Amino acid sequence: MTLLLAILIDGLIYASWLFIVAAGLTLVYGVMRILNMAHGSFYAIGAYAAASAVGWYFTLGLPAWGAFAILLLAAISAGVVAGLVVERGILRILHGRDEVIMVLVTYGILLIFEDLIKLIWGIQAYYAYQPYGMLGRSKIGGLTFVNYDLILIVVAALIAGALWFGLNRTRKGKLLRAVIHDRESAELVGINVKRLFITTFAIGAGLGALAGGLAAPAIAVNPGLGIEVIVLAFAVVVTGGLGSIEGALVGAILIGLARAAAVNLLPEIELFVIYGVMTCVLIFRPHGLFALPTARRI
Amino acid sequence: MPEKNFNITIIAATLLLITVGFILPGWLTFLTISILAKALVVVGVAVLMRGGIVSFGQGLYYCIGAYAVGLGGKFLGITDLLGLMFLALVAGLVSGSLLGLLMKRYREIFFAMFSLALSMILFGVLSKSQLLGSTDGFTIVKPTILGATLSTDNANHAIYIFACLLSGIVIWLGQRYLRSPMGFAGEALRDNEVRVEYLGVAPETIIYTKYLIASVTASLGGGLMALTLGHIGPEMAYWSQSGEFIFIALLGGTSHIAAPFVGTAVFEFIRTFALELAPNAWQIILGVVLIFIIIFFPSGIWSLFSSLKEKLRSGESGSPSKTPSVDLKKGDS
Amino acid sequence: MNPILEVKNLTKNFGAVVAAGDINVDIYENEIIAVIGSNGAGKTTFVNMVTGYLKPSSGKILFEDADITAYPPRKVTRAGICRSFQIAQLFPELSVLENMMIAFSLTASRWPSVLQPLRNNKTAENSFTVLKNFNIDMYANDPVASLAQGVRKLLDIAMAMVSKPSLLLLDEPTSGVAIEEKFELMDTVMNGVLQSGASTMFIEHDMDIVERYANRVIAFYEGRIIADGPTAEVLQEPTVKEFIVGEDIAHQEGGGLNA
Repeated sequence: MTLLLAILIDGLIYASWLFIVAAGLTLVYGVMRILNMAHGSFYAIGAYAAASAVGWYFTLGLPAWGAFAILLLAAISAGVVAGLVVERGILRILHGRDEVIMVLVTYGILLIFEDLIKLIWGIQAYYAYQPYGMLGRSKIGGLTFVNYDLILIVVAALIAGALWFGLNRTRKGKLLRAVIHDRESAELVGINVKRLFITTFAIGAGLGALAGGLAAPAIAVNPGLGIEVIVLAFAVVVTGGLGSIEGALVGAILIGLARAAAVNLLPEIELFVIYGVMTCVLIFRPHGLFALPTARRI
Repeated sequence: MPEKNFNITIIAATLLLITVGFILPGWLTFLTISILAKALVVVGVAVLMRGGIVSFGQGLYYCIGAYAVGLGGKFLGITDLLGLMFLALVAGLVSGSLLGLLMKRYREIFFAMFSLALSMILFGVLSKSQLLGSTDGFTIVKPTILGATLSTDNANHAIYIFACLLSGIVIWLGQRYLRSPMGFAGEALRDNEVRVEYLGVAPETIIYTKYLIASVTASLGGGLMALTLGHIGPEMAYWSQSGEFIFIALLGGTSHIAAPFVGTAVFEFIRTFALELAPNAWQIILGVVLIFIIIFFPSGIWSLFSSLKEKLRSGESGSPSKTPSVDLKKGDS
Repeated sequence: MNPILEVKNLTKNFGAVVAAGDINVDIYENEIIAVIGSNGAGKTTFVNMVTGYLKPSSGKILFEDADITAYPPRKVTRAGICRSFQIAQLFPELSVLENMMIAFSLTASRWPSVLQPLRNNKTAENSFTVLKNFNIDMYANDPVASLAQGVRKLLDIAMAMVSKPSLLLLDEPTSGVAIEEKFELMDTVMNGVLQSGASTMFIEHDMDIVERYANRVIAFYEGRIIADGPTAEVLQEPTVKEFIVGEDIAHQEGGGLNA
């Protein structure tokens, strides 16, 4: 029973983190048909920005709770700025290219960011552990959990809710969904696709960086973070169905629980299980759980 | 180039490379073997690309080939160069023919992601298996050659000669494949899958063939790399290794079977110097070059050779060069 | 005489939309059939179902007495039904001759050779013969991407002829071709096709072409067949005149916008 609870809560915590990373990735793919490898870089940039901002904040001697605001602000703004630079600087020129080509282009961007991050922040690890411990711990069914981790679940739920609301209940969101489901018609109807792309990409990058920022207090922020994270995010969005937010949520929960089960029961297969879930899903549903419709060709 | 000329060129190039091997300093011998080993993997990546398919997981077979060599020595007691390489070949062939049954159904981004997942599974398994040294991997002793135990230097030289011969054979067979109906069918598939299907051939058959070729060349490359480096580890299956192979394939271009060898040589030499001069900017160079190639040079370095040759032959660049490459120029819409 | 193709109660639904409803058609040897009907009447859906691109929701397709209902396109092709496309389906980065040679080598075997060269004298000769039949041999070495629409259409049909089908389905062979060139194109097509002795069914909007080349007409309206018989009779039927012929005249007048 305790084991089950541990798997459930660990799984949800991990799933929350996965979802926050994957949500931005899948949103960008859905609207722009770009499977953005540089999303891993946005994550890393968010983590570095948050870690260095939090470190700086604690040297000021201001009230500790302000660190949370600083963390969010630093991560999101760094991500949005990086996202805008990438979209306006490179992707804009290549709009409409083959999807695989765009994967390769964003792979190039990821490589560039890997070194830029090293040049800006150096190669030593950053720690921003203070916010992680500040909120204390809770006991649930005899197990102890760090409150910061538990709050991550709430944050993920809020983001999921906000995305749902944004896409289903606002005018802009409805436009976005129109583009996701039928680009050509959307363009014909006269939706300003260019502006929509900029906004979407900025939101996507911001979400990626937010995920990095939220993770920063719990990890050592090291070079190579982006490369590590992006493949996990891929696993989630491909499992869920590229471009689908619901898919990302279900994929994240599925993979999160599977990994937690592996960690608690058979740690040797931890890494295996993440891609194992993806493989199993792809075998039976080649385009993922919630696949977008495809157009007739002849 | 006519069949006969091609055969002569291949034989001459292989013999030349073997001869040069006798005067190369040790580090250059080592570098050349690594280039040939990686180029073998890239040949497979390029063969897939010519069919419009990008594998983000060739590291899988690169690693399988390397571990086949490592495990053959460690657990089966095979020490001979040829025996070990045969093992790598079989490992690639068997695993490729099984996974190919799965992969042949996928295209485009899904193929890329699925191949990536498979290689990450192997990475995950190997990094956690204590018996095989977990993330550290393990060392491999230098092979014997036809039963003879040689000094390290001589063994390296023997591996060098073997690598040259193997590359020559792969290029020769590869060229025959690309000129065969099956090879052209691959290009046809990239151009128009609907038409291929309506000519009565299953696109899956064509992709399966390509996948099999790519897995065999990758495992041969991996085996060769293992013998040269004397050490293997799970990072050979990590996705960024596969990314490097794609990078080289794009750099060299896919229009000629030998292009991956040129691409790999350029790549390895630049890396050797760049890592010394600017260790923290190496990936920036890679990224910028990658994007540059995709935008301005969709046919890779090889297109420089072919357009130069065309100019020399015709006196002017009148005829459009229609070098097949992965679908870089076409938009999706 | 038995029909070569029997289509029984063929239906295709896309959700609540009936793209084709309860279609019954028999096709016999040596027939030349025109399929008429306005856009969205179910003509292409019908061809797509017969050639395996779309799975019918219900109904049966028998070809030379074999049930081919669930066949994928490649098996339909091997069974002896070939088709052309509204938008020519070619290999644009290769030359006309290469397109043809690929067609020959792929139809020759389900497992194309891996080591024998594609270019050999026999395949080249065969390819040239077909190109000549369709009067496009002068383009043999041109890349497909540089060809005019009409030449592409001919190559598309020529490639469909390579496996010597006994039934040929042409999806709007003259669409995208200038009006003054349509008859010349159809003459060439019919000339090439008739030599092979295949039964032919073509989708066509131009009633002049229908009258001139078809000996039987099938009229589609909103997913159903509303008339089927000898050309002169069908074109005179009031329903056909009202729903299709009239509409198609209107369609052609406004054609510039719809094309």
